[in-house]
Amino acid sequence: MSQVTLNINGQTHTVDVPSDMPLLWALRDTLNLTGTKYSCGTGVCGTCTVLINGTPMRSCVMPAISMAGAEITTIEGLDPSGNHPVQRAWNDEDVPQCGYCQGGQILTASALLKQNPNPSDQDIDAAMAGVLCRCGTYSRIRKAIKRAAENAAREGGTS
Amino acid sequence: MKISENQKSMNRRSFLKVSILASGALVIGIGCERPSSASTMEQRTWKPNLYVRINTDGTVTIVSKNPEAGQGVKTAFPMVVAECLNVDWKNVSVEQAPLDDRYGRQAIGGSRGTPDGWDDLRIAGTGARYLLTAAAASEWGVPVADCMAEKGAVIHKASGRSRRYESLLEIAATLPVPDVADLKLKSRPEEFELLGTFVPGVDNPKIITGQALFGCDIRLEGMLYAIYEKCPTYAGKVRKANVDQVRKLPGVTHAFVVDGGSDLRGLLPGVAVVAKTWWEAQSARKKLRVEWDTTHSDSTADYDRQAEVLRKEAGETLRTDGDVQRALDSASNVVEASYYYPFVSHANMEPQNCTAVYRESGRMELWAPSQNPKAGRQLISATMDIPEDRIHVNLARIGGGFGRRLRNDFMVEAAWIARETRQPVQLQWSREDDMRHDFYRPAAWHHFTAGVDKNGKMSAFDHHFVTFSKNGETVSGAGLSPDHYPAGLVPNFRLRQSLIETNVPTGPWRSPGHSAYCWAYQSFFDEVALAAERDQLEFRLDLLSRSYGKPPLDLERTSGTLKLAAEKAGWGRRALAANRGMGMAFHFDHGGFVSHVAEVVADGSRITVEKVYSAADVGPIINVSGARHQVEGAVTDALSTAQLEITFANGAATQSNFSDYSLLRINQAPEIECHFIQSDNSPTGLGEPPFAAATPAITNAIFAATGTRIRELPFSRSGVSAAPR
Repeated sequence: MSQVTLNINGQTHTVDVPSDMPLLWALRDTLNLTGTKYSCGTGVCGTCTVLINGTPMRSCVMPAISMAGAEITTIEGLDPSGNHPVQRAWNDEDVPQCGYCQGGQILTASALLKQNPNPSDQDIDAAMAGVLCRCGTYSRIRKAIKRAAENAAREGGTS
Repeated sequence: MKISENQKSMNRRSFLKVSILASGALVIGIGCERPSSASTMEQRTWKPNLYVRINTDGTVTIVSKNPEAGQGVKTAFPMVVAECLNVDWKNVSVEQAPLDDRYGRQAIGGSRGTPDGWDDLRIAGTGARYLLTAAAASEWGVPVADCMAEKGAVIHKASGRSRRYESLLEIAATLPVPDVADLKLKSRPEEFELLGTFVPGVDNPKIITGQALFGCDIRLEGMLYAIYEKCPTYAGKVRKANVDQVRKLPGVTHAFVVDGGSDLRGLLPGVAVVAKTWWEAQSARKKLRVEWDTTHSDSTADYDRQAEVLRKEAGETLRTDGDVQRALDSASNVVEASYYYPFVSHANMEPQNCTAVYRESGRMELWAPSQNPKAGRQLISATMDIPEDRIHVNLARIGGGFGRRLRNDFMVEAAWIARETRQPVQLQWSREDDMRHDFYRPAAWHHFTAGVDKNGKMSAFDHHFVTFSKNGETVSGAGLSPDHYPAGLVPNFRLRQSLIETNVPTGPWRSPGHSAYCWAYQSFFDEVALAAERDQLEFRLDLLSRSYGKPPLDLERTSGTLKLAAEKAGWGRRALAANRGMGMAFHFDHGGFVSHVAEVVADGSRITVEKVYSAADVGPIINVSGARHQVEGAVTDALSTAQLEITFANGAATQSNFSDYSLLRINQAPEIECHFIQSDNSPTGLGEPPFAAATPAITNAIFAATGTRIRELPFSRSGVSAAPR
């Protein structure tokens, strides 16, 4: 077991975890932050995506102890009131079906728009290709990202 | 069945019951009379299956009885109540019901939610509205007919007086409950204000902020986490397991063998490892060594060998109309082709899981993402000898159903582990467990021979269907009805069936049967039309223009969807570049009529599915967003699944994770344009119907673009791959 202090959604948590425990399970089982989901455990599906210093990464393959000092954002922390332009667009376009992959989708989309406020179709496909949706909400994801980009531009950018 | 006929012929007697709570809220339940030999009022059993709670603050709480798996009922059903109650949707909140016998059927599947719920939901909303209107009228001393209800208030038309529902609750509770037969239920799209609009899902606020909703998100005080290791070749028993060693590993609290039974749908033999975190349980599993007594060694290679032998046999004749052989002998043209598709997995994004706690009192409580929680409760009761009324099931939101969660193996496993350990425990299957212990959609072979007469009409259709069985009975998902088209659409028809025994678990997979064999039929129709030198649309509409004996499906509604999809796609009106192609298919299943026209672009053998035009007829649409979701989702699912397969070797599934079962990604997903024919019929569901015709529409388009006829799935077997857009 190793101790590590994690900075999650602006709060610090000091936890004792097995040294090989991925961040995903430290979040879900040690800290009861269940917004980040498990689906493949091998970094292939993107469901477990969190932002590490603003970059989307797969929490299921990153040891928790290697995340000390990083700024970790989970879906719970993007905007708890649900007012981030991506979250609002996600609701306005009614993107989710079962909803299980959507945390990973939303975080990835928010990172895309921060880095590229006016993405083309190809930009969207390239950025979002890492997060699977078995229910098939892809066409809505594209629409919602475009809508979020428009709204954000009107309101002065995404934070 | 037309709407007015349906209301008259409701063969259950539904009635309302009203009561007032201590808080002042008015509760409306809808009951239905169970048939019984005694028909006096005193002996009718009231079993309410819906609750509407009108609160003193003007908000309305509607209880959603069915599990939500992304098919949208948690939003759509309350919308129907709100529509008939005439309240503002923004004042509605929705609660998920637990498993409770008072609600009647709480299973999801078969696209039955909408058709089964349509009457009762409207009755609950309308009855409450009538009652509240009568309450206001009695307060004002005016005839009820002079009042109307809108946006949560009753208005006296002549004087303009109005009273909000929440001010009428106590009076309403004292009035006689309206007779269901007297209620005029809204049924036509023209009457709807809320229904037919685009309404975002009621759980969206929680989903977008990561709040706990799914079975795996439940956290209980002192909860442990478990894995359950089973025999990879299904139902093998544990001969030996090093549980003593595993028990000593970091974080592990329990490790034990479970004897289980041999029913693939029940508690199978295995080893449970329980730990303080799931990671520690899963890590301990890597050191687990189990010797299994295996029972079979089924393999795809062996199935293929058997299929090849059976192909040459006659098979069992299931149906024969006219004289197929004579019609083939005298045909102008005979078309022969064989089709094959593999086993596929459900691949729910949320792997199977269940949380259970067994209390000292003998009460078992579970949080289950199940599509049929009542069957799960029965399974636990029968397996563990616990009375059903000591088992309480909370219904978690489900991360994808598609038929997998109609099997409750994960429920009985969690319950068993909870009782063994006497701790709250969350059983979480790994992705590998999920993919290897699925109830797969079975593979099949179709050998078609069709005769085309001198007028270009399909005069004969012979079909040898090779499918899977257990002890001589087709397994779940492997059957084919002898009444399926083109039986009834051609004068000479024969269906023959051969069986291959299988030991692997199979089960319902989104539109069981249909989602697989529609591809074979509609691809072969394409070949016949081509041989007859007829346009694909014209050939199909002609096929649907007459029946021989009882029509196998409603010809007019089916043709209606095909014509609309073709019109929206510009079939026959657009000149396409040489590497572009369009293809079409129609189908009917689970109450819904859906046709698709797909448009693809080819770059050698790399295909991009650019767009699919879809037309569906399921009667009135409740939630336009939800309806489109099902069409969009099914088309995407079809393209995804057409590129996937599960194979077996030495009795076990070969694939285990998304790296060898690669679901479609966003960059391959087509645009989908949905159109709905809101015909004058009672509404039916959309969870399944849009799937079946999507695969053949796409592969027919691929043929049009490339000249390559795909006769084997997945695509890779036919040398084709789907490229990003």
